[in-house]
Amino acid sequence: MTQPHIRLTDVEMTFPRPDGVGEGIHALGPIQLDLRHGEFFAVVGPSGCGKSTLLELMIGLTSPTKGSITFEGQPINGSCPDGIGVVFQEDASFAWLTVRDNIAFGLRRMALDRREQDERVDKALAMMGLVEFADAYPSQLSGGMRQRVCIARTLVTEPRLILLDEPFGALDQQTRLLMGDEILSLWRKTGATIFLITHALDEAAMLADRIGVMSSRPGQLIDIVETHWPRDRDSRIVEQDAFGAVTARLWRSLRVESMKAIGKKEASS
Amino acid sequence: MSASTRRLFANMGWLTLAILVLWQGLYALIGDIALRSPVSTLQFTAKFITTPQFVTHLTETLKAFVLALLIAVTSGLAIGFLLGLKRFASEIFEPFLIAIYSVPKITLYPILLLIFGLGLSAKVAFGAIHGIVPIALFTLNAVRNVKPVLLKTSRVMGLSTGATIRTVIFPSALPEIFAGIRIGFSLTLIGTLLGEMFASQRGLGFLLMNAIGLHNVDVIVMLTFLLTGFAGMAGIVLLLINRRITAQV
Ligand SMILES: Nc1ncnc2c1ncn2[C@@H]1O[C@H](COP(=O)(O)OP(=O)(O)O)[C@@H](O)[C@H]1O
Ligand SMILES: [Mg+2]
Repeated sequence: MTQPHIRLTDVEMTFPRPDGVGEGIHALGPIQLDLRHGEFFAVVGPSGCGKSTLLELMIGLTSPTKGSITFEGQPINGSCPDGIGVVFQEDASFAWLTVRDNIAFGLRRMALDRREQDERVDKALAMMGLVEFADAYPSQLSGGMRQRVCIARTLVTEPRLILLDEPFGALDQQTRLLMGDEILSLWRKTGATIFLITHALDEAAMLADRIGVMSSRPGQLIDIVETHWPRDRDSRIVEQDAFGAVTARLWRSLRVESMKAIGKKEASS
Repeated sequence: MSASTRRLFANMGWLTLAILVLWQGLYALIGDIALRSPVSTLQFTAKFITTPQFVTHLTETLKAFVLALLIAVTSGLAIGFLLGLKRFASEIFEPFLIAIYSVPKITLYPILLLIFGLGLSAKVAFGAIHGIVPIALFTLNAVRNVKPVLLKTSRVMGLSTGATIRTVIFPSALPEIFAGIRIGFSLTLIGTLLGEMFASQRGLGFLLMNAIGLHNVDVIVMLTFLLTGFAGMAGIVLLLINRRITAQV
């Protein structure tokens, strides 16, 4: 009946080796995943397991070696469909533009009158706590603030699916919790589907409706945890017993994989 | 005026003073055989630069230099962008460009003269070949080094290749490109003057060569003074623009 918002079927990615010889690097998959309209989905996994690769496949930056991806029923091949917004793991702010112009960058090529554009930018500035830095350049901001500029730049285009790749990596724990609240309220207000990649288990447990746990490379979904949180949750959810239970389950699934990622064998079994 | 700009001008003032003192000292040592004092140079310059003869030569040099610079900048940028956008092409041509960079261009001058004949176009060509290579090399590197995540961002936003070059690659690469233009500027000036010195009947380079032949120390010192002053001033202007560009990065 209801179509998934984005659907990945048997998706696999193998990168050719830089020297072109040998088998290539099997980075990801096979992956099966349906994201429901309006859900908050988080992905956790050891570093190097293919999370960023997965994200690049979902926006058509790379084509999968095998399998297919559809967004709102349409296959993705080669280009990012309108309606998807991305925040990359690396700092993608434009050094030569002010914070305000950075945020407005994607809006400028949309068919919106200037007043509406300015309103959206002002709203995003307020939401991301960047009002007093509107006329600053990224070089004058901290790494965390620059990442917020990138989030704001994505938000203003009002995407229906928002993909975030470890957006809070550069933030301290307290700011992370507060940014989590911002993302949650944004998610509620916009009704967008959110796909959040993170390496922080507590962040995933606090924010998401469902959490996909990935194995070490080649990354596969080895567990999907449902949190059953109410929609109007916020960071205070960390006080609940259920939060501890979710985090514990994530860690149980991930422990062995994380050890593989740092090159250790399971000591006791 | 910002504090750093004020500091720059103060430094320039002190530097000028130091040069004048040094110049005067040198003059006291060498005397009139090969040098003139700052004061007499200034007097001579003031008289000479109003003569129609000087104005003709100056206009000729300026014309050649501006044309050469225009050609150097546009072709340098074009080559730099073409190669920089194609990783494979840049790997092939970069060593080639570096090789050209280290060849003394004077060895090419006879060929240029045969192609263009004596006159403006040979000078312009000679000036331009000095400037093109550094501008192309800097642009190539700047374009190639644009952060991949910025290119990904522009792809995700659905920007066309043209829009990506205009709104992402160019501004991102501009500080480094401008560094190339600064170097290209001085080399083009040198090239143009050399061109005038060796095969021309007009221009400041010709005046200088002529004065050397006639052992006219007044003119030699005056031209050195004027050219140094011009290069210094242009250097400051370019530096100020450069600072403005890199202020954000
Ligand atoms: N363009 C590429 N070419 C070759 N290998 C790649 C490329 N991109 C990623 N990889 C490899 O794929 C694996 C997964 O990388 P990535 O998706 O960035 O992991 P994560 O985001 O989970 O840390 C890594 O081993 C990485 O070296
Ligand atoms: Mg990653």
